[in-house]
Amino acid sequence: MNTLQKYVLAENVRMSFDTKQGKFVALENINLRISKGEFITLIGHSGCGKSTLLNLFAGLLAPSSGFMFCAGREIAGPGPDRGVVFQNHSLLPWLTCFGNIHLAVERVFGATESPLQLKQRTLEALALVHLSHATDKYPHEISGGMKQRVGIARALSMQPNVLLMDEPFGALDALTRAHLQDELMKIVAATQSTVVMVTHDVDEAVLLSDRIVMMTNGPAATIGSTLDVDLPQPRDRMALASNTHYHLLRSEVLKFLYQKHAKTAA
Amino acid sequence: MAIKLTMSGKFMTATLLPQVLGIALFIGLWGLIALTSPNLPGPIKTWDSAVELFSNPFYENGPNDQGIGWNILSSLQRVGIGFGLAALIGIPLGFMVGRFDFLDKMTSPIVSMLRPVSPLAWLPIGLLVFKAANPAAIWVIFISCIWPMIINTAMGVRQLPQDYLNVARVLKLSEWKIFTKILFPATLPFVLTGIRLSIGTAWLVIVAAEMLTGGIGIGFWVWDEWNNLNVEHIIIAIFVVGMIGLLLEKILVWLAKRFSY
Ligand SMILES: Nc1ncnc2c1ncn2[C@@H]1O[C@H](COP(=O)(O)OP(=O)(O)O)[C@@H](O)[C@H]1O
Ligand SMILES: [Mg+2]
Repeated sequence: MNTLQKYVLAENVRMSFDTKQGKFVALENINLRISKGEFITLIGHSGCGKSTLLNLFAGLLAPSSGFMFCAGREIAGPGPDRGVVFQNHSLLPWLTCFGNIHLAVERVFGATESPLQLKQRTLEALALVHLSHATDKYPHEISGGMKQRVGIARALSMQPNVLLMDEPFGALDALTRAHLQDELMKIVAATQSTVVMVTHDVDEAVLLSDRIVMMTNGPAATIGSTLDVDLPQPRDRMALASNTHYHLLRSEVLKFLYQKHAKTAA
Repeated sequence: MAIKLTMSGKFMTATLLPQVLGIALFIGLWGLIALTSPNLPGPIKTWDSAVELFSNPFYENGPNDQGIGWNILSSLQRVGIGFGLAALIGIPLGFMVGRFDFLDKMTSPIVSMLRPVSPLAWLPIGLLVFKAANPAAIWVIFISCIWPMIINTAMGVRQLPQDYLNVARVLKLSEWKIFTKILFPATLPFVLTGIRLSIGTAWLVIVAAEMLTGGIGIGFWVWDEWNNLNVEHIIIAIFVVGMIGLLLEKILVWLAKRFSY
């Protein structure tokens, strides 16, 4: 098996947190192989450890045991080779949309490119998410959906090996979410990105992914099952609505979440 | 045009009217009390005295008799120097206390104990060490400014959202970039609050400090006029101190608004 098929890798990963009540094992026995160019979604009930797993890939957390690799190298910490889109956009409020993206561009390409080229890259990233008109706006001057798009543009502008997204559209209304999902599909098709995305939305998972990774409930959550989404690309949400195979896949995920691993009422 | 007119009309009745009414009532009450108490000058007498006083605010009759303008400027200068020194030391110290837990634990008992002490209690120490009135007064201002500067700056650093630090970590920004692009702008509103509290306290304290140290300054001027039994001037001084304090506050609030996100 070559590195393209195990581009991002987790082997026997276990994650425990030290809490006031002692050790809390969040993740146990996580094994996952992600190929280059693959779009993976992590789905599971709230609190099962999706964000924890994503943060492990990002290097924001270090596994308690086990190994994690990206592009053939062990993940030793965060780095701009893995672009992260945070759940709450995490734009710096004192920088404009341009400034927020430029900070990332400058960090990655500042040593090798001229200021003009850096500016060009920043503008291109904004154009990619259709926000050229908001270049000089501050985060508080734009809508939630636009902020999330700036967050995506910031992550993409670094030309990362992997794009990591933690419920990027979770806080948006249904129409904006659908619109951004369509945009994301186009961007990913154009950039051939490898993506790991956390979601709790079954439709979103089936629409976007090549493979859905379904997690069991915590504590000591693990990967319960994975589902190949063998729907042809490019996908169109309208066409899928009447596609029987789409509904089959969708009910597979629902079965996993609400029958096999139903969350007991807290 | 019509909208503008109704807006300004609304401003008149909603904001200006109650303010004017309040001031008029205050002056009326003052006049009434002055009528019954012969030692307290009334509004008209005080106004006449103020007109005379401010007709020549910058005269100089030797080192101990100078116009009110010079006295105000001297006090402002002391506040400026004392505050400047406190900011120079307090802001960097606040950043370090906020960033390093060890330093926080080291300094917090000292700060908590000394903060409630009236800055005037430090005046004798200042006189002892500096052997002169002017640096001693500046020293007292320094002491009144230093605590809010340290405490508010450190609070700003401590409340820095984890999200912003995660951005810094994902981008692997250098320490310098983290400071200039994240830590400093995120903390700035808190630093400005510290500055506002400092200047407010300093302006309260300077009058009392100058009463004790003498020299040129609005505080000593009040004391001097008391010795001359010139009560009109004391009342004028109260208004002047109040208005300058209000002005400083307004400027700093405006500044803070400009830097809030
Ligand atoms: N830093 C931490 N310290 C202690 N427990 C944590 C920490 N981070 C997450 N957890 C726990 O780990 C579990 C998984 O959390 P998380 O990954 O955020 O879930 P999800 O993103 O799937 O909702 C939760 O029970 C949470 O309370
Ligand atoms: Mg989460």
